[in-house]
Amino acid sequence: MNAYDSSLINRPLVLEFSKVWFSYGWEPVIEDVTFTLEKGEFAAVLGPNGGGKTTMLRLALGLVAPKSGSITLFGDEPTEFRHWRQVGYVPQVAEGIHSRFPATTEEVVAQGLYRGFNPLGVLRSAAQTHVLEAMETVDILELRGRRITSLSVGQQQRILIARALVREPQLLVLDEPLAGIDAAGQEQFHALLRRLNTELNMTILLVSHDIGAVMREATTVACINKAMVFHGPAHTLTQRELATLYGFPVDVLVHDALHEHR
Amino acid sequence: MTPYMSIAKAMPSILEYDFMVRALIGGAMIGALAPVLGMFLVLRRVALIADTLSHVAFMGVAIGLITKTFPPITALGATSIAAVAIDQLRARRMMPGDTVLAVFLYTALAIAVVIISVSGGFNVDIFSYLFGSVLAIDSLDLWLVAGLMVVVIGFVGLFFSELAQTSFDGDLARTSGVPVDRINLALAVLTGATITLSMRIVGVLLIGALIVIPVVASLRLATGLRSAVLLAMGIGVTSSLLGLTIAFYGNMAAGGAVVLTSVGLLVLVETGATLRNRMQRGRRQGNRFGT
Repeated sequence: MNAYDSSLINRPLVLEFSKVWFSYGWEPVIEDVTFTLEKGEFAAVLGPNGGGKTTMLRLALGLVAPKSGSITLFGDEPTEFRHWRQVGYVPQVAEGIHSRFPATTEEVVAQGLYRGFNPLGVLRSAAQTHVLEAMETVDILELRGRRITSLSVGQQQRILIARALVREPQLLVLDEPLAGIDAAGQEQFHALLRRLNTELNMTILLVSHDIGAVMREATTVACINKAMVFHGPAHTLTQRELATLYGFPVDVLVHDALHEHR
Repeated sequence: MTPYMSIAKAMPSILEYDFMVRALIGGAMIGALAPVLGMFLVLRRVALIADTLSHVAFMGVAIGLITKTFPPITALGATSIAAVAIDQLRARRMMPGDTVLAVFLYTALAIAVVIISVSGGFNVDIFSYLFGSVLAIDSLDLWLVAGLMVVVIGFVGLFFSELAQTSFDGDLARTSGVPVDRINLALAVLTGATITLSMRIVGVLLIGALIVIPVVASLRLATGLRSAVLLAMGIGVTSSLLGLTIAFYGNMAAGGAVVLTSVGLLVLVETGATLRNRMQRGRRQGNRFGT
């Protein structure tokens, strides 16, 4: 039984889109999308630029509201969702990076420990331990004390991943987190996601452009170009569906050695 | 007696004049207050809101003068209403953020110009609000600024974590459970109040500079957000005190002198930081080649 077949055993729904439509102004960006994400699933979202991948994540996180249809995140409407400790989010880039934001790497990671209004909540030693553990998990302990804006794009991205992981979330949402990370770093990153998913049963929703890595790592794939082109087990995604998605023929090479873990 | 001593004797002491003492106290408080809020505006790249609310405050002054109401009250009402309206329009994404600010800025300025023309033209009162007038500062102004300072420092102290998260990335803050919209609204309303109460000292046309420039200088030096806020306050207070002193002895407009002093400090900081970076780079290259 492969990873997807095992998911056929009914597991609680973490995220559900039902006939969702969304547009910026008059231009539809998401058209009649239905999608589910079960607990413990590793789902990847593929699609061309402007195909609505990031918008789908923003809808899932309640950052924008659908024009029609419904979305639930852990059973609640995302715009009304309050249990944010369950969710870790890694954006493509943080706005503060561009404005000389004066914070060290530990301070940014510690932001992930936010639990609501607590004016006396200074960085406690227990919190400090969690921060260092999260930094160790993504192998960036050597960046302690560095100012976030002085780091390379790849290093900044790892800080944001540590910020998400320090929350010990049940759902990890990542929006193209590999931009600026070299090939070795990408392999380490995929190994980390694999470990989080298989050992900690963390549900993962990953937007990516790397078709080969997605087909190798994810249990399910959603292909979106405004409308949902394909949604199912990664190993059933065919070149015909990829060609429909991108509008031209796509060859996918998945390295056997790397594929063995499946 | 040396020539320097005779010049010093001929110069009047700034502290002999009550109006200058009031100006220095008020200037120091505003110099500390404005960059505290400015820090979170600059980091979120919405520093233009200070300029927009300045023009709205100017409109409020014009309304106050024509309706014979205490102008700071009408200005405070106008900036508060504008802050809420801007916040709502931005939150609902009815217009891009910078477009909302531009629309409010020019609308407020146009209304102010129309009111002034209807009322019979400019007069001394309007100029004192536009460019600041240290002679106009009374003890009520100082008490109001002191009260606002307590509110702003209390707000920033209590909600520092929320302000830091919101300034780093709004979406990340929202998905961490931070009430971003309420924090933004409070920040905008307090910025409006600070502008309103600073008008008499720095003037509505220049207060935006005191909100932004000390922050830009401090961000060049500080490594942490708390130290950046404290440093910006220090630069703001220094700019105010030094600028007012220069204005007194040089017989210049106080607001302009204060802002030019802050610009001078910014140039000093930027030059110092650039030289330091070049020296560090040179040292690293020297080490690499074993020289």
